[in-house]
Amino acid sequence: MATIDSKIPEGPIAEKWTNYKAHQKLVNPANKRKLDIIVVGTGLAGASAASTLAEMGFNILNFCIQDSPRRAHSIAAQGGINAAKNYQNDGDSVYRLFYDTVKGGDYRAREANVYRLAEVSNNIIDQCVAQGVPFAREYGGLLANRSFGGAQVSRTFYAKGQTGQQLLLGAYSSLNRQIKAGKVKSYNRYELHDIVMVDGRARGIIAKNLVTGEFERFAAHAVVLATGGYGNTYFLSTNAMGCNCSAAIAAYRKGAYFANPSYVQIHPTCIPVHGDKQSKLTLMSESLRNDGRIWVPKKIEDAKKLQKGEIKGSDIPEEDRDYYLERRYPAFGNLVPRDVASRAAKERCDKGFGVNNTGLAVFLDFSEAINRLGIDVVRQRYGNLFDMYEEISDVNPGEFAREINGVKYYNPMMIFPAIHYTMGGLWVDYELQTSVKGLFAIGECNFSDHGANRLGASALMQGLADGYFVLPYTIQNYLSDQITVPRFDPNSKEFIDAQKKCEAEQDALMKIKGKRSVDSIHKDLGHIMWEYVGMGRTKESLETALTKLKELRKEFETNLFIPGKEEGMNVELDKAFRLKDFIMMGELIARDALSRNESCGGHFREEYQTEEGEAKRDDENYFYVGCWNYQGDDNKEPELLKEPLKYEAIKVQTRNYKS
Amino acid sequence: MATDNIMKVNLKVWRQAGPKEKGGFVTYENVETTPDTSFLETLDILNESLIEKGEEPIVFDHDCRDGICGMCSLYINGHPHGPATGATTCQLYMRRFKNGETITVEPWRSAAFPVLKDLMVNRNAFDQIQQAGGYVSFNCGGAQDANAIPISKVDADEAMDSATCIGCGACVAACKNGSAMLFVSAKVSQFALLPQGRVEAAKRVKAMVAKMDELGFGNCTNTRACEAECPKRISISNIARMNREFLCAKLKD
Amino acid sequence: MSNSCLSSIGKKLIMSISGLFLVLFLLFHMSMNLVAVFSGEAYNAVCEFLGANWYALVGTMVLALGFIVHIVFAFILSLQNRKARGTERYAYQEKPAAVEWASQNMLVLGCIVFVGLILHLSQFWYKMQFAEIAGITNQYGVADGAAWMQYYFSQLPVVICYLVWFVAIWFHLSHGFWSALQTIGWNNKVWMDRWKCISNIFATVVMLGFAAVVIAAYIKSLC
Repeated sequence: MATIDSKIPEGPIAEKWTNYKAHQKLVNPANKRKLDIIVVGTGLAGASAASTLAEMGFNILNFCIQDSPRRAHSIAAQGGINAAKNYQNDGDSVYRLFYDTVKGGDYRAREANVYRLAEVSNNIIDQCVAQGVPFAREYGGLLANRSFGGAQVSRTFYAKGQTGQQLLLGAYSSLNRQIKAGKVKSYNRYELHDIVMVDGRARGIIAKNLVTGEFERFAAHAVVLATGGYGNTYFLSTNAMGCNCSAAIAAYRKGAYFANPSYVQIHPTCIPVHGDKQSKLTLMSESLRNDGRIWVPKKIEDAKKLQKGEIKGSDIPEEDRDYYLERRYPAFGNLVPRDVASRAAKERCDKGFGVNNTGLAVFLDFSEAINRLGIDVVRQRYGNLFDMYEEISDVNPGEFAREINGVKYYNPMMIFPAIHYTMGGLWVDYELQTSVKGLFAIGECNFSDHGANRLGASALMQGLADGYFVLPYTIQNYLSDQITVPRFDPNSKEFIDAQKKCEAEQDALMKIKGKRSVDSIHKDLGHIMWEYVGMGRTKESLETALTKLKELRKEFETNLFIPGKEEGMNVELDKAFRLKDFIMMGELIARDALSRNESCGGHFREEYQTEEGEAKRDDENYFYVGCWNYQGDDNKEPELLKEPLKYEAIKVQTRNYKS
Repeated sequence: MATDNIMKVNLKVWRQAGPKEKGGFVTYENVETTPDTSFLETLDILNESLIEKGEEPIVFDHDCRDGICGMCSLYINGHPHGPATGATTCQLYMRRFKNGETITVEPWRSAAFPVLKDLMVNRNAFDQIQQAGGYVSFNCGGAQDANAIPISKVDADEAMDSATCIGCGACVAACKNGSAMLFVSAKVSQFALLPQGRVEAAKRVKAMVAKMDELGFGNCTNTRACEAECPKRISISNIARMNREFLCAKLKD
Repeated sequence: MSNSCLSSIGKKLIMSISGLFLVLFLLFHMSMNLVAVFSGEAYNAVCEFLGANWYALVGTMVLALGFIVHIVFAFILSLQNRKARGTERYAYQEKPAAVEWASQNMLVLGCIVFVGLILHLSQFWYKMQFAEIAGITNQYGVADGAAWMQYYFSQLPVVICYLVWFVAIWFHLSHGFWSALQTIGWNNKVWMDRWKCISNIFATVVMLGFAAVVIAAYIKSLC
């Protein structure tokens, strides 16, 4: 069994990163010019890494599947980005941000990584402001902050409801500067298909030009994956339609461990599914929970009537409403972390209290806030979200509905949890290097910082920390002994063979000539995943999932139909490649969930809960990172390796949001 | 409330096999959808039925479906991003249309945005304009404390309004002159309003306008169609600001 | 400065400056015409003053240059814009409500204005200033503007032509005026609506002024 070395530096937690930087190996400027790095992905992590490495002098080849680097899905993040600036003088510190993140992650993150993340969080804000990111400001001209779930301080910096967009455009502008300077070569509408290994190290990639349909070979001294998460395994998610896990799976097939795949974040405030023709779920900002109250009816009869459409939410008076989050978690109320809020919604709906025709929705109600603050104030805060909700569901949440016993009721929103983010990902050491030499993973693509659950406004922080401030240092420790290695020839045997393999795979997919479209099989996959590997998992459900996934893989391999030709642009063919890897990913998630006989964060095993229905961790047996090691064949069961977690700074406790 | 009413629409869609091929309209009749289904989901439904028949699906750009990535395009019934204002195509729902209506769907039309396939166009020109100067020249690591330069809330908010641009190209698609002035001016404005961007404002505006001209975009005639169709409601006051910045920069030469 | 003329904004600036110059001329021309409503003699004195002397001729040349530049650049820009639009046109187009009709039809309006201008020049300028330079004799004197006015504006078809012409100029002005200021950069969110309002008022006042003279002359002929 392979041993896992996470390469955490010696010393007290607060000095580890400083020590690392002081002693790591660097590459001198003249040598940097001789080294090429491939960065796949242009989200916050990818764009920031590509631009920073280029600024340092490395030659970068940067790839994205969209038509422009600016469209990566980081752009959709709404809320904000955390940093331990303590500008509000409310007692924030690097340690506190570190502690909140570890606690929020249900004590399943690697301490040293999280501390480093909290440490560089402040540099990120400086960097972004210098780039011209228009963060919200106070009248005095200084930066404004807001509070977010899972924290007792205001440390979230934001740019309206479009923080992700503004941060990404900042990174994109730095990237553009380097493209103009000739240090970054940008390849848009290119998709990674394989990682090329030379003498046991990652030395290049095979990427498909999605416009011409041709496979092309690219060589470099190191490969960085910044390709995001695998949420679309569930078909319906808040991820963009193009988000996929194929690059991560390609790395996995080359021997990179896949860590904690079962940690999947389900966001509590999404617009419920309305029918089987839906392709995408829409997220409503977490900030709505600041003033919105979540409820279902107390009486099952009322719920039944709601499901049949006989009554509306506003017909149910105050005393018959069950504000279940406030009831169960008096201290945090509607602002409990995402995993807790999502599970509570599921629990109510499972008991039959769902409030729409599918029985899979709860109310998010602003009546109390409107009565307290007036509609104008409420609209000022959430007007754009109300409009968005109305456009999608034809209900205006700010509209007066009726008065019962002197209390005014307004139309509530309906919400339901949906897949949003994946904490698991490629295993990386402290240097963000995967278990494959020369292959690095950053951002959501790796597993490192969020443990079993991510707090709001931390994803942006991690992507930018990795790209701007961590990888550009740590990658040099790897590259320092590569300076004498000449550039690789993309026409060498390894590259040609890899390309031939991709072409053969493509031929095989085209030749299936079955009956079913990619999406129809993907929907089946999503159904299996949501049903059996979703918010509540059991040993039985996971075993069922594994059986069904095997059948689905067979269905894919024998009954897939791809219209059109191999040559030129073929969107269905590209989707088929991705689906193949999603099925593989589904199996990994289910396998990991089955192996983890405890509940923690985004992974909830129904067998392991307290009497009150809270997640029950098992620190004695599962205090480790589960790393899955590919065995050379898709049909062989992967091997589970364990990286034990060592907590030196923080005492591991039960998470408590009740008091 | 959510309804399960089935509605049927006819989709008159531009089909074009490749950049050099000749395209034309194909009408798909009686596509079944519901008022609660988004327009792009209706295209998904149509595509699914095309694949079932063994035909190639309609190619169109789309990604986040949250109205923010700027990937979706489509000129629907005479409007970029369709008849809804302040919204992208992915935020357009079928209840905007009548049962039985024929909906015309075309790609963006502009010399600078050539069609790649069906409804998908190449908007690489926008990236090239940004590369010409849409940035602040400094290297990561050299920044001072974020609160070291106070910026008035008014300026920060206005810069934010300009920065809201999603780079979708609707302004160019809407403009009878194929002008990219709204897009370029939004970026120029964002930086011109902030002290960080002020330092190289003159150099930036000249470089970006020169690139815009070089790429064959048209000249602005202040029709305001861009502003009216912009899904993010970017104002043409940005264009006035860019004109001002540009002329001042040139006068200093 | 010179190379800015080659850029899109430079060309637009030329349109803007020449346009504003023509706007000023219109204002001046209208004020001069108004004199005729009150006194033909006074009007003729102005005509006399603006006869074939050097300053009037220089003024005319500059004015002509302004027109030519404005027209030439209008065509250059329009041709470029056509090219930028690409070869394929939209099959289905709908004008957004916020877009003024005039703004999308400036070239057409300009052409109508130009045709009207030819008519106007042939009726007045050719028979007055030009006749004076060339020494041509006409039925009325070269400086008897009041008589020429009375002669032409007694004819209903001419009056109708002029009124149509004024309407075209009104549309052209109502967009052109604020548009010129926008191009120079003298605009922002607050001034946008103000300039548009001022444009409309200005265009209306100027064109009513012109129309008043024509209508007054026609009514006089009826009495």
